[in-house]
Amino acid sequence: MIRRAVVRWSGKEGTPRRLQVSQQLGRLDVKFSPYLFVSPFFVLFALVGLFPLVYTGWVSVHDWDLIGGEGNWVGISNFVFILQQRQFWIALRNTLSIFLLSAIPQLIVAIAIAAVLDTNLRNKTFWRMSVLLPFIVMPVAVALIFGSMFGERYGLVNTTLAQIGIGPILWHTDPLASQVAIATMVNFRWTGYNALILLAGMQAIPRDLYESAAIDGAGRLRRFFSITIPQLRPTMIFVIITATIGGLQIFDEPRLYDQIGLGGADQQWMTMTIYLYKLGWTQLNFGRAASVAWLLFLVIVVIGLANLAITRRIASSEST
Amino acid sequence: MNRFRRASSILGATIAATLVIAGCASGSTSTTDNTPITLTLATFNKFGYSDAMLAQYHTLHPNVTVVQNIAATSQAAQDNMFTKLAAGSGLGDVEAVEVDWMPKLKQYSNLFVDLTTSDTKSRWLDWKSASATVNGKLIGAGTDIGPEAICYRSEPFVKAGLAGDPAGVATLLTGDWNNYYSVGQQFAAKKTGVAWFDSAGATFQGLANQYQNFFEQNDGTVIATTNPDVKAAFTSVLNASATSSAHLQEWSTDWNAGMANGAWATMLCPSWMLGVISGNGPKITDWKIANVFPNGGGNWGGSYLTVPTQGKHTAAAKELALWLTAPEQQIAAFVTTGNYPSQVKAYTDPALTGAMNPYFNNAPIGQIFAARAQAVKVTPYKGVKYAAIMQAVQDGLTRVESKKQTIDASWAQVVSDIKALS
Repeated sequence: MIRRAVVRWSGKEGTPRRLQVSQQLGRLDVKFSPYLFVSPFFVLFALVGLFPLVYTGWVSVHDWDLIGGEGNWVGISNFVFILQQRQFWIALRNTLSIFLLSAIPQLIVAIAIAAVLDTNLRNKTFWRMSVLLPFIVMPVAVALIFGSMFGERYGLVNTTLAQIGIGPILWHTDPLASQVAIATMVNFRWTGYNALILLAGMQAIPRDLYESAAIDGAGRLRRFFSITIPQLRPTMIFVIITATIGGLQIFDEPRLYDQIGLGGADQQWMTMTIYLYKLGWTQLNFGRAASVAWLLFLVIVVIGLANLAITRRIASSEST
Repeated sequence: MNRFRRASSILGATIAATLVIAGCASGSTSTTDNTPITLTLATFNKFGYSDAMLAQYHTLHPNVTVVQNIAATSQAAQDNMFTKLAAGSGLGDVEAVEVDWMPKLKQYSNLFVDLTTSDTKSRWLDWKSASATVNGKLIGAGTDIGPEAICYRSEPFVKAGLAGDPAGVATLLTGDWNNYYSVGQQFAAKKTGVAWFDSAGATFQGLANQYQNFFEQNDGTVIATTNPDVKAAFTSVLNASATSSAHLQEWSTDWNAGMANGAWATMLCPSWMLGVISGNGPKITDWKIANVFPNGGGNWGGSYLTVPTQGKHTAAAKELALWLTAPEQQIAAFVTTGNYPSQVKAYTDPALTGAMNPYFNNAPIGQIFAARAQAVKVTPYKGVKYAAIMQAVQDGLTRVESKKQTIDASWAQVVSDIKALS
């Protein structure tokens, strides 16, 4: 096909007054197609991230029955009510406590495992895959089995401890013990996963750093603390942030830890998500549950920003 | 190029045609024709609907296959029900509901099918069907009721020097709750190595079901925090449990293991508990049933079968629900797991009156529970908040049983938890 040439040249120095259609399309392509390429993410985020956020906010300012539907506008009274509840503050305390009990040991053990996997093992792939096995077990199954193992009278853990003379630990009665048990479940699941991510980070560290350190006489441990850990900072930041966001929202493990699933008779292991579930699905008060959801969101944002501030400080002091 | 184009367009047309035909075929499934359908029956704990019974239904209705999903506890079934009701899908075709949370569901009676037919008019005890009727619409077909007796283990009784035969135990425990507790203290003093009862929580249920308006007034007003009967029951059970309880929270894994190990000598025994005891403790041989109950009698629990409107085959599901709750099927369930019928016609059936349970040393369960059902004088009123209030009180009992709080501190927390429900 012959395109009509629309280019006109005036005089000797050609000043193209209008472009060909194909050239116009080309320009548009360069300008707008990057946005089109990233738009699927934003569309998806709008659907499953932004819309639920806004809708939950809408629900939280109404008196909303779970099944009956939207009721009257109540403004911030749901929030005011929740902030005055003893159970809300206990849930917050429990959530932070379980998060710290799970994140800190997890990271330490994950780094250690990654360091071991990074060495010259035989059957490397086998070891690296088996570290991931706990991750593929369903959280529900883990919670049911661990919940039964941590039974106070007849559980496996207490009967084993009794044989070495340690008295029965009140895994379901004492808040700290129950939180340790739940943190154990979380660590069981996520340590291997994080170890593999840290392993990937470790393998990106240039080997000549280790060689030159070895030449200078640094031992294994010294090389680990002075080279590996500092070089792993970006990966660790990623792992810490994902662990934070996940750890503040755990639900499966506390829910199946006992047969009632509401966090214990004295809210020993009731996390914010369990409190949310209690309000929304057992008391059928959707408005209050939505306000807890928004408060949890704000807590996560605050902690995320704190994370960012701290890691920026560390990173900037690193780069000097 | 042309050949490829032609081939791909033919393939595309074939695929499209197949999809259209398949789509047409999976259209409506009317229940009057005999298209094979699968109905999901969701129950909890032990309803006594054996595979043989469901196979029998299949023989009567060859196009219907019934699949039973059993939740571990009533609590789990309740959580599932409300979650899926809110979601609008995911419930079974027939869903079992317990009497304690039926009032919560009655608020949403428009989400359940009306089960009234010519058959249902006088099938059940009046109070049973009234509890599931909203403005003349029957949303629940009654399954069982829970007349309570006392189940006991004869070996610890004999070891403690008490009578071990059912008649002797019945005489021993005739009286009020204080009598039950004091016999328990005598038993505990003999140090048989076994507790008197399983938990304060389970025993409290027996007390709660003996009052007309325990937690709520007939109009739904919550009186739990001010009703002196509630505080008195709370305190008396906990005082007794200090020496008499095995301190194992009901339905927990420790409680199940405790039952398997025979950790307590007596427990409150609504008829549906028989299946739980025999299921959890197959190796224990000395469980027997005494035809007695403190303060005369009481009813604990009892369930209904409902048909949610969100199901795909509601007419067939209604038929199934009404068949399962017919007197004959309920008697069969009674023989299997002890779920005592709520159907009036069942009470004169010789299959019921002559029933015996081999696990409980051939106890004449038909006669015992008929007598226990006669002894029930009070139908407790249960309102919308009953289940939530009971949970708050149960938490309070557990806190004291696990030695976390004193009775008064725990009661104060129960009061504030109940107040936060509104």
